[in-house]
Amino acid sequence: MATKAFQKIYTKITQINKATCTLRATGIGNDELATVNGALAQVVKIMGDEVTLQVFGGTEGIPTNAEVIFLGKAPSLKVSDQLAGRFFNSYGEPIDGGPAVEGEEREIGGPSVNPVRRKQPSELIATGIAGIDLNNTLVSGQKIPFFADPDQPYNQVMANVALRAQADKIVLGGMGLTNDDYLYFKNVFSNAGVLDRIVSFVNTTENPPVERLLIPDMALTAAEYFAVDKNEKVLVLLTDMTSYADALAIVSNRMDQIPSKDSMPGSLYSDLAKIYEKAVQFPEGGSITIIAVTTLSGGDITHAVPDNTGYITEGQLYLRRDSDIGKVIIDPFRSLSRLKQLVTGKKTREDHPQVMNAAVRLYSDAANAKTKLENGFDLTDYDERTLAFAKEYSDKLLAIDVNIDTTAMLDTAWNLFAAHFTPAEVNIKQELVDKYWKQ
Amino acid sequence: MSTKGKVKGIISNLVMVEADGPVAQNEICYIDLNGVRLMAEVLKVTGNNVSVQVFESTRGLKVGNDVEFMGHMLEVTLGPGLLSCNFDGLQNDLNKLTGVFLRRGEYNFPLDKEKKWEFTPLAQPGDKVEAASWLGQVDENAQPHKIMVPFTFRGTYTVKSIVPTGEYTILDTVAVLTDANGQDVEVNMVQKWPVKKPINVHREKPRPFKLLETGVRTIDTANPIAEGGTGFIPGPFGTGKTVLQHAISKQADADIVIMAACGERANEVVELFVEFPELIDPHTGHNLMERTIIIANTSSMPVASREASVYTAMTIAEYYRAMGLKVLLMADSTSRWAQALREMSNRMEELPGQDAFPMDLSATIGNFYSRAGFVYLKNGQTGSITFIGTVSPAGGNLKEPVTEGTKKVARCFFALEQARADSKRYPAVNPIDSYSKYIEYPEFEEYISERISPDWTRKVNDMKTMLQRGKEVQEQINILGDDGVPVDYHVTFWKSEVIDFVILQQDAFDPIDAVTPIERQQYMLDLVMDICHMEFDFNTFVEVMDYFKRIINVCKQMNYSEFHSDKFETYRQELDKVLAERRK
Repeated sequence: MATKAFQKIYTKITQINKATCTLRATGIGNDELATVNGALAQVVKIMGDEVTLQVFGGTEGIPTNAEVIFLGKAPSLKVSDQLAGRFFNSYGEPIDGGPAVEGEEREIGGPSVNPVRRKQPSELIATGIAGIDLNNTLVSGQKIPFFADPDQPYNQVMANVALRAQADKIVLGGMGLTNDDYLYFKNVFSNAGVLDRIVSFVNTTENPPVERLLIPDMALTAAEYFAVDKNEKVLVLLTDMTSYADALAIVSNRMDQIPSKDSMPGSLYSDLAKIYEKAVQFPEGGSITIIAVTTLSGGDITHAVPDNTGYITEGQLYLRRDSDIGKVIIDPFRSLSRLKQLVTGKKTREDHPQVMNAAVRLYSDAANAKTKLENGFDLTDYDERTLAFAKEYSDKLLAIDVNIDTTAMLDTAWNLFAAHFTPAEVNIKQELVDKYWKQ
Repeated sequence: MSTKGKVKGIISNLVMVEADGPVAQNEICYIDLNGVRLMAEVLKVTGNNVSVQVFESTRGLKVGNDVEFMGHMLEVTLGPGLLSCNFDGLQNDLNKLTGVFLRRGEYNFPLDKEKKWEFTPLAQPGDKVEAASWLGQVDENAQPHKIMVPFTFRGTYTVKSIVPTGEYTILDTVAVLTDANGQDVEVNMVQKWPVKKPINVHREKPRPFKLLETGVRTIDTANPIAEGGTGFIPGPFGTGKTVLQHAISKQADADIVIMAACGERANEVVELFVEFPELIDPHTGHNLMERTIIIANTSSMPVASREASVYTAMTIAEYYRAMGLKVLLMADSTSRWAQALREMSNRMEELPGQDAFPMDLSATIGNFYSRAGFVYLKNGQTGSITFIGTVSPAGGNLKEPVTEGTKKVARCFFALEQARADSKRYPAVNPIDSYSKYIEYPEFEEYISERISPDWTRKVNDMKTMLQRGKEVQEQINILGDDGVPVDYHVTFWKSEVIDFVILQQDAFDPIDAVTPIERQQYMLDLVMDICHMEFDFNTFVEVMDYFKRIINVCKQMNYSEFHSDKFETYRQELDKVLAERRK
């Protein structure tokens, strides 16, 4: 950050802890940026002439006589078409060796869209993955996370979704990403020849954790530029939001705030909502769709982070390894896309909603049959048939390696119904059975 | 001279101000930030030091910024023209705001000052009137909108003059009243009221006793809510809280529906904006939006105005109730409101209660729910506010402060259950855990016997017993195995499944099944209970399942068909044929 001639330099810090430092200064605005011996910091509290700064890179090695310069502005990003194809750090500085981006400087973390100026999302995002398109259809302008344990291949699925989604721009916000995962994304995008459509903001595990707090706002400011100014369809990938929440907890803890559930700050819901609610369909055609990852600890979704996320996002996707077929599938029970009814049966074939529900219900009957089997009870003929159905359904439709269009998915489902069940067992509206039942 | 002040400290949206004069608790003030005025509310006063919560982002705010105190609490503006509007939590008309993004400090007058209303006087010169007496009425979207003596007026007044029938704007004087001291006061169609104070202008508030029809079978049949009653819908995410709430708001037999979207998803509000203008109120044939007011303070909008939004909604509801109207108020979700209270309480460094919520949370919730109710107005007319709030329990655990605080005060409990949602049994209301206290009211039972039939309550109890038995039997089957229990057990279980699939489950996205009038609910309950009391012949348990699946299938086709249409009757005949096959 270049210093300007008229800026006052403070050199007397009165208090330092792990994340913040305090000094006496006047005329300082809330949320304003400063540098402390060159390290970037932000005003988080002002009491009279005492100003508390959150130092993003941590306060290690900062002396009481460090040079503090206030920059007179909130964190910002220079936006222009030059962002495309570039990799940045949490501060929006290039990390790919390229030149700095020229453009209009915009404050990050801006206001939300007036609800009456939003358009109802109505465009289907096809991913080819039937576990998503058939059971949990995604819609542009939606926000949805993967709830996944750290060992599950969520980054791979997310990259696949991103590449097939036909977005004009893909913005990657990496928080606490391992270097390997960061290189994975870089390679996948570069091998697919889509680097010119990607903008990346990356904080890896090598960087200080508090810096992560800037990543979502940076990514979304870039996304808003393309969606609002250029009317483009933008897909934002945020991985991993649990790392982001952990950074929030660190800061609130250092500021002596009273923690609420699971040591998370009481404002966690509002903090996460501010990010996710940036997902929007604009009337002019631009849109921001957010696909995020929330890693779970041992599958526990009652933890404050997945719990609050679930209340904010429009559904969630779960991955699960199905031992019957030895593949990872999209779990049809717990996964949900709340916006799917805006497109299923409307942008897809009329039988979509009922076929989807019937298949999941039969799959659930199979799960009951399995429990019976495990408990040593005899299976009925119906139980046997549901188990056979479940295996095929899992393999041909739920597995993440499926890549077919929605009509093909529906036909596959009807074929499975006919192969294993009678129309009464499938329990679908008669008109649809008459039309689509495979003899 | 109004009190002025200067900013002394800032922590997020909590701002410390040094005031130079008297300040009231909950008083509104404006902080000047380079010409942009940010609205704030007083939370705490210590000597000259005042802590205020700012309803906007405080980015860029500096020590020394000027503050002006307004001498009143947070108020709403009440008058004709509120219906069909979309407000934020502070009652700014969202449609009048310019720009795609919300701009802080942009506030507007919620009503239309130019529009002319056709005013008909109801009072005459010489009439003795008091606060909330009806002076006249205008037609607001086919609702008789009463122009009342302002609620803030104390004592008795005499009508000195009142304008004749004609067209007036809301700011034109429509009446002159003389107070006890002979002073004249002019009254127009607009009044203001502080949102945190209940409007108590009724004579009497009896126990609610009338059924409020919602068209949702699992509510109306199993656990009905009374007009003027209170209910709450707790449920983990993904169990269908919002879908259920939207269904109730679309179909309920109310004059006015107020939806407070409090800290929830913006896309859900957009759904209301898009759908409501297209939908028809099943009771009046009018456009649904005409009777609706939406208060949208979505999750990314400032947290302090989220807290205000539920009070704004309740105050507007009370205003319409004072006109003798049937108001339905829905708040989604009251947990977000409680979280807003928690955020501020934490910033104020108050000693926390359970889960870091403020200590008085339960009392705050109790006070709020108590503002609903069925009332007799002083002129003998009736009005009501039925209030249904959703609760989003953290981690789906119902033993958390917001759920517990609400359970104490709400009389209906619609428990959404994860297991039902997982198996796509929507609405996922657990019929056994849920309850309606109104069923136990003798005056409610009396009303129901007349409205539906004298044996209705008995049949509903019978149905619940069957469900309970079905559940018990299912557990035994799970333990002992399908062939470890008598075939009768399977019959009992499958009869409860018929109730579940045909009565309790309802497809909110099917145009016909989505709304079931009470007459149709009665027909279906009679039909299903008849089946439940029939004796059937079976040899093996496998036959039981197959047979009842056929029954369920035919009954569901009936649910999907127009009531008493040819198609409906054909399925009915088919059902009789199926029943005849095995009936003893």
